[in-house]
Amino acid sequence: MMNPKTQNKVAIGTLYGIAGLVVLILMALLGYILVSGLPQLSWHFLTAPAKAFLKGGGVGIQLYNSFYLLILAMLISFPIALGAAIYLYEYAKDNWVTTTIRTAIEILSSLPSVVVGLFGFLFFVVKLNLGFSILSGAFALTFFNLPLLTRSIEDSLRTIDTTQREGGLALGLSRWETVTRVILPAAVPSILTGVILSAGRVFGEAAALIYTAGQSAPALDFTDWNPFNISSPLNPMRPAETLAVHIWKINSEGIMPDAKAISSGSSAVLVLAILLFNFAARYLGKRLYKRLTSA
Amino acid sequence: MSKEILTTQDLHLYYGEKEALKGINLNFEAKGITALIGPSGCGKSTYLRTLNRMNDLIPNVTITGTIKFKGQNLYAPSADTVQIRKEIGMVFQQPNPFPFSIYDNVIYGLRIAGEKNKEKLDAVVEKSLRQAAVWDEVKDHLHESALALSGGQQQRVCIARVLAVSPEIILLDEPTSALDPVSSSQIETTLLNLRHDYTIITVTHNLQQASRIADRTAFFMNGELVEVDQTKNIFMNPAEKQTEDYISGRFG
Ligand SMILES: Nc1ncnc2c1ncn2[C@@H]1O[C@H](COP(=O)(O)OP(=O)(O)O)[C@@H](O)[C@H]1O
Ligand SMILES: [Mg+2]
Repeated sequence: MMNPKTQNKVAIGTLYGIAGLVVLILMALLGYILVSGLPQLSWHFLTAPAKAFLKGGGVGIQLYNSFYLLILAMLISFPIALGAAIYLYEYAKDNWVTTTIRTAIEILSSLPSVVVGLFGFLFFVVKLNLGFSILSGAFALTFFNLPLLTRSIEDSLRTIDTTQREGGLALGLSRWETVTRVILPAAVPSILTGVILSAGRVFGEAAALIYTAGQSAPALDFTDWNPFNISSPLNPMRPAETLAVHIWKINSEGIMPDAKAISSGSSAVLVLAILLFNFAARYLGKRLYKRLTSA
Repeated sequence: MSKEILTTQDLHLYYGEKEALKGINLNFEAKGITALIGPSGCGKSTYLRTLNRMNDLIPNVTITGTIKFKGQNLYAPSADTVQIRKEIGMVFQQPNPFPFSIYDNVIYGLRIAGEKNKEKLDAVVEKSLRQAAVWDEVKDHLHESALALSGGQQQRVCIARVLAVSPEIILLDEPTSALDPVSSSQIETTLLNLRHDYTIITVTHNLQQASRIADRTAFFMNGELVEVDQTKNIFMNPAEKQTEDYISGRFG
């Protein structure tokens, strides 16, 4: 029979062990990706277009596509998520309608992204005839992102104390003024953190994009900013392979001689970008909170 | 015409099935301080929050009876809660400044109401903070966060914030119970300065405080108003046995 004190020690030891193991696995993974990928990185690699058969290709277009798609997806999903979260948390009464909405969000957020991708393919690409395009991809990403972002914004609103709402209302502000002028400004730092973190997830998403934004990256003319031209980087109707999709594709059917190196390099870029998103989220969130609360 | 600014008649309030106010009749004349006292859970906060319709926020609340502010029924279907709360302001137990600068906190109500004139806003900030007796302490850092202030200063900034929208009535729910004794007595001084210009209704669990600052005192118990009178009568010569027991610390 162990006495409670030793029991406690053993339990804590075990938990530390498990936590340590998780950290170790994570470090090993990150280390492997970075060690094998970083040597591939160069300005040329980051900016040059990919080559299908020859060595020496880069990921410039894929990298650009990833960012463009991310921004479009965020522009579509953020206003919807914000509205939904405000409605659900600040206005909706607890009844079967809101319970249904919440359950739907719950289910949507646990949907495998490949299912979202197939739905996007059938609906946006085929049914709405958008083809393999940035727009189809952005809509698919919106579906993927919306539930997560809505929940994260709702959580941000929840962190603002009810005494703040009462304070606003007691000053003779309307419900809407209280939400937009007191609650939202107070929640901005944490909302921003949530947005950036979800940007990281969207940035690394491949399965939802393979059948929507497509698997080809036509050459872009970075001097042509007319969105109606097919080679314009802004054209939303062109197919656009992203970095994550590129990695998947090289590994499944890449035939260029330096496929392995390009895949490692791309993975390193992806991981670095996502790490960057995470650190930026923390840093900006804190900075902004300080700024907003100390005028 | 009577001088009564706020009247409550046969006010009942139910949280679901539970009756928390059991027919309150209580009127307030303009100006001066009324203290609401009574054991914890007797319905003081509930009553106070009916006076500016803050209970509207709680689901499943049923209210019957009449509350009139200057002759207007506060619960009439046409009543405008936003307007009501501009005229009947409220200060809470926990200081709740917004996470903005002191200056922004004070002018928030006005600015949202559309006031843009910088000189006017500056003047209101100074006047309100002076009235709340916190001007000297904060005048040199008006543009720093209100969250950096001490609890007592925060509470006075919250009072200033209410004053800035020029209400006629100020409701306070145990405004000093989260504060240290020094801050509490500063708040008391503030309220005493305001009693000539505003109708102040404050809940307090602190009997000494009621006796120090209140012109009138109302004693609540179990959702009923037991007795209301001049403060000195309540403390020296209460009409009801229950009041006497409570005042002399025999329960509660
Ligand atoms: N939101 C609520 N829902 C249900 N019951 C409540 C709620 N708020 C207060 N009550 C109940 O109403 C009674 C009066 O509470 P309250 O007005 O807060 O008392 P006091 O402020 O005098 O301590 C108490 O029994 C309390 O439990
Ligand atoms: Mg109370």
